[in-house]
Amino acid sequence: MKSVVKQEVLALNGDEAVAFAAKQSDVDVVAAYPITPQTIIVERFSEYVANGEVETEFVCTESEHSALTACLAASVTGARAFTASASAGLALMHEMLFVTSGCRAPVVMAIANRALSAPLNIHGDHSDTMTERDSGWIQIYVENAQEAYDSVIQAFKIAENTDVLLPVIVGLDGFTLSHTLENVHVLSDDAVKRFVGTRKFINVTNHEGRTVPFKLDPDNPTSMGPIALPNYYFEFKRQQEEAMKNALKVIQDVNKEYAEISGRSYGDGLVDAYYVEDAEVAIVCLGSTAGTVKAVVDELRAEGVKAGLLRIRTFRPLPVERIVDTLKNAKAVAVMDRSMSFGGNGGPVFHEVRHALYDADKHPYIVNYIYGLGGRDTSPMQIRKIYEDLQKILRIKRVETRVQYLGLRE
Amino acid sequence: MTAKEKSWKEISPAGVCWKSSTQFLTGDWKTYKPVRDLEKCTRCLLCVLFCPDGAIHWKPEKGDIEFDYNFCKGCGICANECPAKAIEMKLE
Repeated sequence: MKSVVKQEVLALNGDEAVAFAAKQSDVDVVAAYPITPQTIIVERFSEYVANGEVETEFVCTESEHSALTACLAASVTGARAFTASASAGLALMHEMLFVTSGCRAPVVMAIANRALSAPLNIHGDHSDTMTERDSGWIQIYVENAQEAYDSVIQAFKIAENTDVLLPVIVGLDGFTLSHTLENVHVLSDDAVKRFVGTRKFINVTNHEGRTVPFKLDPDNPTSMGPIALPNYYFEFKRQQEEAMKNALKVIQDVNKEYAEISGRSYGDGLVDAYYVEDAEVAIVCLGSTAGTVKAVVDELRAEGVKAGLLRIRTFRPLPVERIVDTLKNAKAVAVMDRSMSFGGNGGPVFHEVRHALYDADKHPYIVNYIYGLGGRDTSPMQIRKIYEDLQKILRIKRVETRVQYLGLRE
Repeated sequence: MTAKEKSWKEISPAGVCWKSSTQFLTGDWKTYKPVRDLEKCTRCLLCVLFCPDGAIHWKPEKGDIEFDYNFCKGCGICANECPAKAIEMKLE
């Protein structure tokens, strides 16, 4: 695909790419509290502010809970707000995550995915964002620093779409992406500014009966998210579900639109399929692991094995139809989970994918691999073993162990 | 009187509402409602003072009080405070 705008190549790590994207997206307010491995995002952004490279109000808060509160407050007044967090910081935000999505504030948050205590661990896995998957935030998991840059720019456009109005999390794997230097193609400031555009507002009726834009404004007072008793709360939650459904289409549209200016697209924006259309054995995973799996798929394809990869890019809203459609030819599927759902039947991604396939015409054999917890490395050899296990399942025609642990010393 | 409740498609997102809380009347889900015995009532207005929801109004032109059942939660505080025991909580 050819790009229509001139692009520069910069050496950036994942966090710097995110900060750079936020800077170009013309953000009005950034409120954040540093936490490893997200710190670099806030550090770089505060440098941009200090150097006068960007006109942004930078708020140093005393905790993550306050950071998101400040972003929410800024967002409902009509500003474009951005924050970043990880692990325990995200857990501390938990309450405000629900308030933000409930207030329909299109805040964008970059999460450098990291394990949750105890024991204390600063390295990457998906425990933090998986815990927040029902908080009403759109969740996008990226594969590399380039996608982190692209996704943050797209996130503002998705979140602020008047059919969606939901906050977005862009998840990049801690250290694997956040601290690894890569070549990142960046668009010009103007191109990004044009792409993201200015924030648009829907019209609502305020307490004086006047039709006003959906934002807090002293001249046109409205109350937002104050209280809904049992007779209305349910209706507001149903609206959020509808917004999630709308987001499925908006994410695809934004991905297509972005491809037109940058020349880069990530599948259809929802799922990124790699040789999975005719694959007999397929892996489903999120995030940076997809890069390793792609390398293994290339090797296996050269050997004549019909292997494939389905990377779920948008985990919330879950593109159920796309997952079912893409996996329709797979006979054995392995779902890789970088977090655990203790006492559950496998990890969270396994729950979702297996559940999605229940309504499919053909049901593949499906197994779960828990891997990479607390930043444990996953090697191409281990991925290769998954494909070998899947081929074995096809030979013996049954699943022996449904949930397995990859790279665990046993 | 019960206000017409709107469906999820008809309301503005995030609790933006017309006349703030008046859209979210509390009256529909109460189990008990206060009923007054006119003969016992001395019009001391303690019920007006103690009602936490401001659901009891003094109407000077009538020289009497009125219950606004759209706002009443049925908490029973008025009945507890009434010195003449003129208010009884009855099942809706």
